[in-house]
Amino acid sequence: MTLDITGLKVSIGGKEVLRGVDLTLQEGRVHGLAGESGSGKTMTGLAVLGLLPHGSRTSGSITLGGRELLTMPPAELNKVRGGEVAMVFQDPATSLHPMLTIGRQLTEHMRHHLGLGKREARARAVELLGKVRIPGAEEAVGRYPHQFSGGMRQRIAIAVALACSPRVLIADEPTTALDVTVQAGVLRLLRGLCDELGLAVLLVTHDLGVMSAVADEVSVMKDGLVVETGPRGRVLREPSHPYTRSLLDSLPDAQIDEGGR
Amino acid sequence: MSLLTIDDLVVEHRSPGRPVVRAVAGASLEVRAGEVVGLVGESGCGKSTLARAVCGLNPITSGGISFEGEAVTPLGLRRRRLTGIQMVFQDPYASLNPRRRVGDQIADGLRTSGDTTTRPADLLERVGLPRDFERRHPHEFSGGQRQRIAIARALAARPRLLIGDEPISALDASAQAQVATLMRDLAVESGAGLLFISHDLSVVRLIADRIAVMYLGRIVESGDTAEVWANPRHPYTRALLEAIPAPDGLGVLPAELPGDVPDPADPPAGCRFHPRCPHVMDVCRVKDPTFGPVACWLHADDGPSAPAAAGRPEKA
Repeated sequence: MTLDITGLKVSIGGKEVLRGVDLTLQEGRVHGLAGESGSGKTMTGLAVLGLLPHGSRTSGSITLGGRELLTMPPAELNKVRGGEVAMVFQDPATSLHPMLTIGRQLTEHMRHHLGLGKREARARAVELLGKVRIPGAEEAVGRYPHQFSGGMRQRIAIAVALACSPRVLIADEPTTALDVTVQAGVLRLLRGLCDELGLAVLLVTHDLGVMSAVADEVSVMKDGLVVETGPRGRVLREPSHPYTRSLLDSLPDAQIDEGGR
Repeated sequence: MSLLTIDDLVVEHRSPGRPVVRAVAGASLEVRAGEVVGLVGESGCGKSTLARAVCGLNPITSGGISFEGEAVTPLGLRRRRLTGIQMVFQDPYASLNPRRRVGDQIADGLRTSGDTTTRPADLLERVGLPRDFERRHPHEFSGGQRQRIAIARALAARPRLLIGDEPISALDASAQAQVATLMRDLAVESGAGLLFISHDLSVVRLIADRIAVMYLGRIVESGDTAEVWANPRHPYTRALLEAIPAPDGLGVLPAELPGDVPDPADPPAGCRFHPRCPHVMDVCRVKDPTFGPVACWLHADDGPSAPAAAGRPEKA
């Protein structure tokens, strides 16, 4: 199932934050979205899920398998959201509820969306935790988020997102809050899940290294517009837009290569 | 003579009903005047505790910290003798007083150093902000600007040692390299030493003369930045460097270091890194490598003056 965003415009309080974004997500592909903060990366992700702040106006279109998401009635959108389209947020310390067990957070939406019984949902939760490689999945179901490390929590957040077998996964800076060694594990997991389940992934990140490691396609955003889209190898090695070039040049490595320190 | 000498420092966190956590477990480090030392490591390895102890914000359990030959004692409530060390904290949203004008906050630093000629606006200019910003309040600024103000405030006290405790991790990616370079330039320019703590290795590489890698309360490797980068000798340093994804557009997934950081309240016996080390040997499980500059049994014979081109060890 593909997700098409065409001419998406969003304005919040009279200020236009997205000024005509075009993106296409394909099954089994990771689409990276790069850009500075304030360029509208996160807003694009939130728009797909209909999670934009109150009072924001949208135009253009977002279609999922031929259905228009922007004008969909809330009740219907609720079925898509968390079901067919899922999201992983930046900070697992705040995206997981601190007072509910992992099992509860993993099963709640499964029972709602898939209509599973208590026991089936729990069995699937254990299976999911195994899939994201949480050790001792059986016991982990009964634990609380604070009992896990940051990397483990992000894995759990990914399991929560995958619970209802979504077709599209939106990952908003999923590794920014993690250490490099842990980041490597989470990136491998994301890439593996994308290949295995045929997910269409939108990876929002400012880290071009992360982008280079997992994304198939890369789009670069600036001031609410996509300035460049293309295959990873071309965008990162031979950028055609000056802004992409300046982003690559501002990386510490590039500065070392030039300045000698 | 070195500016700051940390000798076999141990810092413990005690909280009722919990086992004692040894956050820093015998770390030694030196910072010389005009030198930039980068301290890197995963979260929870004790980097910040070490920095706080150097500032006198955390009491020391054993070992010693001396600054310009004088022992650093915990800060009291009123007296501040230790104004030669200044710190820039992680979160500029929390470290600046939201109710005072930034000029007044910078003036605090100037008063500390007894400087009556420099104006707060001069310092704002030095950190690359317009002079008239001194009349504004912190909420009017972005994260990067606030961190520049925090740096200006620290510099106002004329420190001989500047400490940055993850000063860039709360900033945008685009501002990170800029702020880090600014800190380096200002410290070096004023002849002060800089201890820069970060988990972002690529930025540390950009600004540090020397690099120290910390794991679970210990410094496991230290050396010249270029040398450590080109030829990391401790398996942990190597794992850290290999985990950084390169923006080369080739789609290479970074190498993963298996396992989690062990609980510092209950560190593994022998070498602290042995449960996650790919080159673990029998000796690693029983004996703790307490030597330097590379605390690893693979490099037990290297000594401090070993040639940089020592070959990579084969898998044991």
